[in-house]
Amino acid sequence: MSKFHVSTTVNGDAVDYLCDPRETLLDCLRDKLNLTGAKEGCGTGDCGACSVTVDGRLVCSCLMLGVEADGKQIETVEGIAEGDVLHPLQKKFIEHAALQCGICTPGILVAAKSLLEKNPNPTEEEARYWLAGNLCRCTGYDKIIRAVMETAEELREAS
Amino acid sequence: MDYHSPASFAEASALAANATGITRFLAGGTDVLVQLRSELVTPDTLIDIKKIDGVRDINSNADGSWTLGVAATGADMSEHLELGRDWPGVVEAMDLIGSTQVQGRATLTGNLCNGSPAADSVPAMVAAGVTVTVTGPDGDREVAVEDIPTGPGRTSLAKGELISAVHIPARGDNGGDAYLRFIPRTEMDIAVVGVGVSLRLDGDTVTEARVSLGAVAPTVLLVEDCAKAIIGSALDDVSLDALAAAASAACNPIDDKRGTIEFRTEVAGVLAKRAAKIAYARAKGEEA
Repeated sequence: MSKFHVSTTVNGDAVDYLCDPRETLLDCLRDKLNLTGAKEGCGTGDCGACSVTVDGRLVCSCLMLGVEADGKQIETVEGIAEGDVLHPLQKKFIEHAALQCGICTPGILVAAKSLLEKNPNPTEEEARYWLAGNLCRCTGYDKIIRAVMETAEELREAS
Repeated sequence: MDYHSPASFAEASALAANATGITRFLAGGTDVLVQLRSELVTPDTLIDIKKIDGVRDINSNADGSWTLGVAATGADMSEHLELGRDWPGVVEAMDLIGSTQVQGRATLTGNLCNGSPAADSVPAMVAAGVTVTVTGPDGDREVAVEDIPTGPGRTSLAKGELISAVHIPARGDNGGDAYLRFIPRTEMDIAVVGVGVSLRLDGDTVTEARVSLGAVAPTVLLVEDCAKAIIGSALDDVSLDALAAAASAACNPIDDKRGTIEFRTEVAGVLAKRAAKIAYARAKGEEA
């Protein structure tokens, strides 16, 4: 089985890896680049725990092959904070205790950041629909939605 | 598994024509990767068509029609305001498929070629009169969407053939379309019944109509009796009841955990009426 050489950009850094064509982008991020923020929940695109953005588009990294990342711009949860300074969404998630076990949290942060970039002033309904592909079995979603809505408000006031 | 990313559809066709074993084309991958993962289908040859120039494009043509690349995603379509103004039913049907993440990858062509009788975008495309270009070893041919699926998971595409473009006709004046489906929850489920309606008015009278049903037969259906029931009417109660009866009569569904034969047959009629009313309101230029 021949391996493919992939050159891509992850969180602004140029990276290269060799992968089997059957490996998903999620496999490559976790096993080759040691970026273990994206989680494998279901492996079939249902739970959103592996959410990343590819050229600005929110996707499940389990539903994309590692070879398809060649030449793309990938953003993962590891790129959300700036050094030691947490992103406002991350701060709000802590403030609201919008997580318990934390498995879904990286995917939800990536998805929520993507929402606020496209729509800085979402209604609660819009936020709930946008995040409907991110499953959380601990929180009941309420704290997550409150954290997202408050972050949106804060970011609007700051801009 | 051999992976190829050809630079043209002719090259993709040649690769598929010469491949042995199972071949799959990769657009958004939201079905192909799930099947790969769950070991339902492990292709020997996987042909990624996304490196072909223009496959993500959504172009409006001089005659008012639209040409969509085969890798244009649901999210690309939903963000295209002009396309949504012309064909809200096609766009809303595509938008119903999966989560935000799935919308970032899923395509009309993938939904069609996956061959599910419950594919949401397919009844909307059939109602709209969408055609596709099929590229094969002998060149290109134009095929109506309703002639692509031949049964669950099966299509009329021969070895070496693949869809290379999607053509949506010009909307023209006084036209409207709509798609509705029934699912037992509010989001992210597979249609129990889906109905697409496209029609055109002269004043208050329906002059043209196409009605398509999903998830009630082995393939998506184009139901001429439904169109006949409303053409010439102003969508009064009598013609709506005739539409519902024609839709129910066309059903040949299965019993499964999502719905019984009786339920699907009934709901097909109800949704046909509701979708026709929305399409009618849109044709009148009303918000619906």
